[in-house]
Amino acid sequence: MDVLFRNVRELVELAESRNVLISEIMIEQEMNITGRTREDIISQMDNNLTVMEQAVERGLKGVQSVTGLTGGDAVLLQNYIAKGNSLSGELLLDAVSKAVATNEVNAAMGTICATPTAGSAGVVPGTLFAVKNKLNPTREQMINYLFTSGAFGFVVANNAMISGAAGGCQAEVGSASAMAAAAIVEMAGGTPSQSAEAFAITLKNMLGLVCDPVAGLVEVPCVKRNAMGAANSLVAADMALAGVTSRIPCDEVIGAMFRIGQSMSPNLKETARGGLAATPTGKAIAARIFGGTA
Amino acid sequence: MKFTSVFDIIGPVMIGPSSSHTAGAARIGRVARDLFGRQPKWAKIYLYGSFAETYRGHGTDVAMVGGLLDFDTYDERIKTSFQLAKEANLEFEFITETANKEHPNTARIVLGDENSEMSVEGISIGGGKIEVSEVNGFKLRLTGGMPAILVVHDDRAGCIANVANTLAMHNVNIGHMEVSRIERGQTALMVIEVDQNIDEKVLQQISLIPYITKVSKINN
Repeated sequence: MDVLFRNVRELVELAESRNVLISEIMIEQEMNITGRTREDIISQMDNNLTVMEQAVERGLKGVQSVTGLTGGDAVLLQNYIAKGNSLSGELLLDAVSKAVATNEVNAAMGTICATPTAGSAGVVPGTLFAVKNKLNPTREQMINYLFTSGAFGFVVANNAMISGAAGGCQAEVGSASAMAAAAIVEMAGGTPSQSAEAFAITLKNMLGLVCDPVAGLVEVPCVKRNAMGAANSLVAADMALAGVTSRIPCDEVIGAMFRIGQSMSPNLKETARGGLAATPTGKAIAARIFGGTA
Repeated sequence: MKFTSVFDIIGPVMIGPSSSHTAGAARIGRVARDLFGRQPKWAKIYLYGSFAETYRGHGTDVAMVGGLLDFDTYDERIKTSFQLAKEANLEFEFITETANKEHPNTARIVLGDENSEMSVEGISIGGGKIEVSEVNGFKLRLTGGMPAILVVHDDRAGCIANVANTLAMHNVNIGHMEVSRIERGQTALMVIEVDQNIDEKVLQQISLIPYITKVSKINN
């Protein structure tokens, strides 16, 4: 069982030297490690893509969480886009609304696909289904989008962390947004190097983001962090496609994220003791939901 | 490498809201049930760190009970697992602990029935991925990557040799092995890390060796 890449540098070098997509390297590694066939692996990813699609659709129809804290924002955004006066642009807002849709479904205990986590499950599908309208990808290209996201996420998970409890929100929505940025670049025809630049630019701008869920629920601020994560990844993808590069290499940004996560106070790592959870309103919400035990 | 598959990253398909606290929790419950080998009659679930602080909001409790009922991460029945546990005669209790564990998302499940009991400690390391850190108070020091075989057996002479012989017969090389005796109930535990994937057939054969009470595999 050979691992083909342990960091982003190796991943990019391998893809470029062989002149293949990053998604292809990820598929080959999965075959190596698990001994499963290509068809089997692709069919599982196809299924995950369907789950994402259904979650977005469900969220766009409008859902409410049990607490009532989240839900309905994806609908507001779609209605606003339909009026045609959006300032930040249709595609970007579409990605934002679809990211929100996914996380609203997640908060309502609906079925989602973690990418890389449930709390950050909106960014990768949100951007994918928005970019889809512009790039008209094949189903195979959409599946590849997920493999490319997965390849970068694989590096982060093994060299840093992807859980808010271990590294704060930078490890969740930060990782998800950077993964999405890399995948957008590949789908738009960028090079593997440009994918890595987009990843680095995105993650650099989410470093230090804490995990401070109000009442410990994956609702506030998680849903809106996915919204902004999706926006970040689209802008970073455009920057990389324009030829902008990161002065700090991708793997070093991941290393910085790891060290920041380690030095972050436990109060800011999914314990609901700090940050927004500890604001007067955050505490009042917790008290209302759990009967004064905040 | 803790994460070996792309589906650790793009996946699992799950009931929300948290991969660590809901999907990971369901998997810890389910692995505890797997190791116990059957539906337990009761379970005491001790939660540490972030699990203890936020378990209600994340559905950690319903997910863990769902796992004890053998539900996968995407099983809609997780949402009603408390009611279903009642119907299945599974009694459970959650206890929040203040002690600091090495990993912030740690849970220990003590489960049993009229015949025996067992303790399983699991940690949820992110994205729904879990590791089993302790079984019956015995720390598992698994180096990762390949499966490990857990053998619960009576503390009798020859048991270890018989298991090793069976593995040798199937050309399975042992990478790492630990043996511990559990005081209560005179049971012992072998943890065997092997160099290649293990066939169900081999596990079955080990389970037929005298004084072996339970054989299970952990995909590490």
